[in-house]
Amino acid sequence: MQANNKKTKRLIFFSSIILLIATAWVNTAFSSHEEKSAKHHANEIVSDSVVAHHDESKLEHAETEIHAIEEKIKPGEIIMGHVTDAHDWHIATIGHKHISIPLPIIIYGETGLKLFSSSRFEHGHANYEGYKIEGNHILALNHDGTVNKEAKFYDLSITKIVAAMFFAVFVLCWIMLSIAKRYRKNNLKAPKGIQSFVEPLIIFLRDEVVKPSIGPKYEKFLPYLLTIFFFIFINNLFGLIPFFPGGANVTGNIAVTLILALGTFIITCANTNKNYWMHIINTPGVPWWLKFPIPLMPIVEIIGVFSKPFVLMLRLFANITAGHIIILGFMSLIFIFGEMNVGLGLGVSLLSVAFSIFMNMLELLVAFLQAYVFTLLSALYFGMALEEHHNEESH
Amino acid sequence: MELVKPGIGLLFWMTLTFGIVLYILSKYAWKPIIKSIKEREDSISDALNAAENARKKMDALKSDNERLLNEARVERDKMLKEASDMKDNIIAQAKKSADEEFRKKVASATEAIEKEKINAMNQLKTQVATLTVDLAEKILRSKMEDRQQQEALVNENLKNLNLK
Repeated sequence: MQANNKKTKRLIFFSSIILLIATAWVNTAFSSHEEKSAKHHANEIVSDSVVAHHDESKLEHAETEIHAIEEKIKPGEIIMGHVTDAHDWHIATIGHKHISIPLPIIIYGETGLKLFSSSRFEHGHANYEGYKIEGNHILALNHDGTVNKEAKFYDLSITKIVAAMFFAVFVLCWIMLSIAKRYRKNNLKAPKGIQSFVEPLIIFLRDEVVKPSIGPKYEKFLPYLLTIFFFIFINNLFGLIPFFPGGANVTGNIAVTLILALGTFIITCANTNKNYWMHIINTPGVPWWLKFPIPLMPIVEIIGVFSKPFVLMLRLFANITAGHIIILGFMSLIFIFGEMNVGLGLGVSLLSVAFSIFMNMLELLVAFLQAYVFTLLSALYFGMALEEHHNEESH
Repeated sequence: MELVKPGIGLLFWMTLTFGIVLYILSKYAWKPIIKSIKEREDSISDALNAAENARKKMDALKSDNERLLNEARVERDKMLKEASDMKDNIIAQAKKSADEEFRKKVASATEAIEKEKINAMNQLKTQVATLTVDLAEKILRSKMEDRQQQEALVNENLKNLNLK
């Protein structure tokens, strides 16, 4: 059994290393590929414009393309495009062709529920069903084709982030349910396979995070805390994979972290006792003049109630987004220098790749750390809400 | 700014997805997993306790055995000692009785010898008396005129007297 455990451990270790290397490699492959394709693109377009005089439409098309190519690479836009949401899942651009997976657009507006593929918009070139897309935003149109700013509608599309989240969640459920099945079958046997990766995490969270933070009533909160930990962890990890179906900035999206923080906030508020509110209104151990004529401390404490989940939301969002931005920044450096001189770009790519590998390592740590911090702080807030009076007086 | 503006669609899907995931995992994953881990921990601690108890019992048994063994050893030593004492006693007794017998025998022998001696003495005395009487007779028979003759006679007779 022990040998088996060791083998699994080694397997996980090596696979994580391979994953890392693959991540770095794909990053570089992507970048060099894009560089090449951009060059190729430009050449082709130039030759097009010289030779193909007879084909008017083609020329026109090429001219617009030249216009696009002549524009300097804007790393800001590229990076923002990567870390924000999108209505189609861009995989690669080869030559003129954008390879992307169209995602379903769901719009609930005055005219009812509309469901169609994002390919109908043809990357912003076409209108469909009275809507058009500009960047990541869907805009409602009047009958004459102008943008109707008054129109009320909800864009409930399965965007790139939603799709990536679905995928991560599917994997998460699959892993956990298969493990649960094994537990149900032979609960007294030693863990095996992925079970021996997950079990220490579960036990660690239970014994080192949840139990000491919440106290004897910890079991009620354990499912929620385990869910947020693994949800954040797996989404962080998938975010580090630079190609489909990873790469989406799920936990670096403010809406996602908002809901997670909101969950913690709601559970905290639902489990408060009298003592918690007394603590806010009449903070013990604070001189009375901070409370009486002007209720300074109560105000600070009430702000604290809301700022805790707010900071929870911001921390995860900022950490993950920053990681993505830094790695993408290093990648963009290659193109910025490559634009000046191909050799310079290649030279910088060495440095960029080295830094990206380092950042990926760091992000792997951050992926775990942020999931851990989010869980720990949530557990601490639950613990505060449940704290009994006699504990207060000790500090 | 686009980055910090939560989209309504994402909020909706995130709430839905997270809610469903929370439900599914809580019910079908965490519950059995936590229960099983707890059960396993309990069973391990039970097994350890049982082992500890068994060890204690074993120790008790062992010390019991030791005690019994020691007792048996003491008993045996005692028995051996007793046996050897008995042997010594028997030997001593035997010796004593043999001595007694010997002494008795010697005593009786001495007694017999004494008796015989007295007998012999008595016989001797009778004989001496007889002889004396005979001698006196002889002396009497012979003429008792000459003193010298008489003395010679007596001496002669005395010489001939064989005291046996």
